[in-house]
Amino acid sequence: MTTTAASDAAETTERRGRAERPPRPAGAHRRRAAATRGDWIVGYTMVAPAVLGALAFVIAPLFAVFWFSLHDWNVLANTFVFSGTENYERMLSDQGLHDSLLASLWFSIGLVVLNITLALFLAVLLNQKLPGTTTFRTFFFSPVVVSLVAWTIVWSFLLQADGGINGFLSLVGIDGPNWLRNDFTAMMSVIVVQVFKNVGMNMILFLAALQGVPEEIMEAARIDGAGAWRRFRAITLPMISPTILLVSILTIVGSLEVFAQIAVLTGGGPGNSTTVLVYYLYQQAFRFNDFGYASGISVLLFIIVLILTLIQWQTRKRWVFNEN
Amino acid sequence: MSYPQPRRRAPLAVGAGIAAVALTLAGCSSGPAETETPDEPVELRMTVWTADETQLALFQEIADAYVAENSDLVSGVTFEPIPFDAYTTTLTTQLAGGNPPDLGWILESYAPEFVQSGALIDIAPTLQEAEGYEYDDLLDSSLALWQQDDGLFAYPFSNSPFAMFVNTDQLAAAGQPNPAELVASGDWTLDAARDMSAAAAAASGKQGLVVRDFDYKAWEVLASVWNGWGAAPWSEDGTQCTFTEPEMVDAMTWIHDAIFTDAAMPEPGVTADFFAGDAAMTITQISRASALDDSFAWDIVPLPAGPEGQQNVIGQAGIGVFANAEHPTIAADFLAYFTAPENAEKLATYFPPPRESLLNAETLGAANPKLSEEQLQAVVVDGIQDAVTKPTHANFAKLQDTVRAELDALWTADADVEAVLEDTCAAVSPLLEG
Repeated sequence: MTTTAASDAAETTERRGRAERPPRPAGAHRRRAAATRGDWIVGYTMVAPAVLGALAFVIAPLFAVFWFSLHDWNVLANTFVFSGTENYERMLSDQGLHDSLLASLWFSIGLVVLNITLALFLAVLLNQKLPGTTTFRTFFFSPVVVSLVAWTIVWSFLLQADGGINGFLSLVGIDGPNWLRNDFTAMMSVIVVQVFKNVGMNMILFLAALQGVPEEIMEAARIDGAGAWRRFRAITLPMISPTILLVSILTIVGSLEVFAQIAVLTGGGPGNSTTVLVYYLYQQAFRFNDFGYASGISVLLFIIVLILTLIQWQTRKRWVFNEN
Repeated sequence: MSYPQPRRRAPLAVGAGIAAVALTLAGCSSGPAETETPDEPVELRMTVWTADETQLALFQEIADAYVAENSDLVSGVTFEPIPFDAYTTTLTTQLAGGNPPDLGWILESYAPEFVQSGALIDIAPTLQEAEGYEYDDLLDSSLALWQQDDGLFAYPFSNSPFAMFVNTDQLAAAGQPNPAELVASGDWTLDAARDMSAAAAAASGKQGLVVRDFDYKAWEVLASVWNGWGAAPWSEDGTQCTFTEPEMVDAMTWIHDAIFTDAAMPEPGVTADFFAGDAAMTITQISRASALDDSFAWDIVPLPAGPEGQQNVIGQAGIGVFANAEHPTIAADFLAYFTAPENAEKLATYFPPPRESLLNAETLGAANPKLSEEQLQAVVVDGIQDAVTKPTHANFAKLQDTVRAELDALWTADADVEAVLEDTCAAVSPLLEG
């Protein structure tokens, strides 16, 4: 009885399968197998350079850095001694590292909030069909293609006590501060310099997303009496949420990797107020020749970036359109 | 001039073995036993921080002459300029990456760290044995920083005194006396320099006294000022912080007041280039004299005296041979040629040498047409004698960053000088003890 029922079910399934699939021409199976093998070779040949590149320049260095982090390595003294988890234990009590993590946190919060808000605002503004928008898009995007160091050097002159910013402020009767010599204004200055450098890229990404929002839905909302803010909040934001996810991941990761701006503008000061994690890592490795400890900090940075990215990726189901 | 010629007697493997032994010995702070004998002439590489074409041409000229004399040993010498700001960092990166140069310039601040770490080989035996080298002509005071035990770990090729450059046009316009007259009368003091700078700044609307390269970061350059009080950042043996000593407190108070009370020095964030006519005076090294032109009348005078009298300060740079280099013994042989009396005289064109016989106004004058013999005697020759170097320490990099961070609190108008210096000592003491 059981056997009969199973046979019936199998027959039914087979029949259903036959009915749903078109008949195969003779020899198709062999040709598909041959084509798959060819595709396999071509495909892997095509991706081989990228895979090999990633192995050689991403994966291998990653393991190498982890290996280095288990050593006491002084390049001047030419010593490379296995020290186990000593570098990681040192991190727990290293006040300088803790301060740099805090500085990185403030920098990231400031940069992410300012950058994404401004980029979205500019994108919405420049998504209008008005004369001159192309010029303004070019204007805001142009810093992206400027050399980072050159951009930062120019800003270092602008931010000096007798620099361009204070010169401009004095025209309107404001006595500007010494931007790079105060803890708060120095951090704000570095954030603003970085925002203006990269906001154009995020703006372009948001512009592309905004232009993908269906006009019919917006029109329907207008007919239903929804105002501009309601349409933006209820339709535009959800529709561009995948781009917001992308931009936020890129901006947060980028904020943790900031270095050149700190090196050129503040050198980590005043005090240690702008010594962010990567700058601290640089000091340990290239100023103090403590490459083992610096490698440990690199591993810590990798873990932080990984965790933050995974958190964002996991939370996308709650707020990114079509992800749930 | 001839130098001991290496004997070609071994195949590559033996040569490599000798090199390995030499490296091992170098690691034990010993000098190269004998010059390598490679199968093929080798290429030497030396890192430098100058990008001056005329200086590089002079180096190449000397190197080419060495190659011509030793063509079976060396096929060429390359001088690799690295920007000064990133010099030491780039150098250590090359060492870390297993790509060390054979020779390299080393800044005096990092001398103890490089010497004590074993990164350099002892070049004393090679220099002493080189024919016609006249090793005894090298001033002991110049060598001191680069010695350990009986070894010499770099040749101090440049001994550049700090001096005061003055824009006499700006001073005259402000009704101030010529500093040279004050030097002659014995009234050339830091207080006088401060007052004259403040008056010149007020009259011109420009800046007064600029301690060049300080920029509120490179605090060690302030040694050219605080030495007038006999102050120092740490004890001679490098174990005790002395930022809180009365001499240093007085010196730092003077500097703070000169900036924020007297307006004699530019405030943080204000740029002023003396050589562009932006300031009345600048304290900098004599090697900067080449930047002077005829756009304003100028003079060079020794550093002013502080309460403890006049003190000469020099900045040094050494040339060392790296223990991890591919050809350390050949590099040492080249260094002996590069710095022998004849070539040291050529190098004196740009770099005051450590050789006593060359330290006279006549020799230096031939190479420095912008300076009179009197200026050279007073500022360079006398300035090198009994001079102290800028602060150095085996842990200098960490100390440099830590002190910079602590002194940032000093560079505000309402700073409590004593409190800041106490904080500085609290921060640096563990580094000195360590």
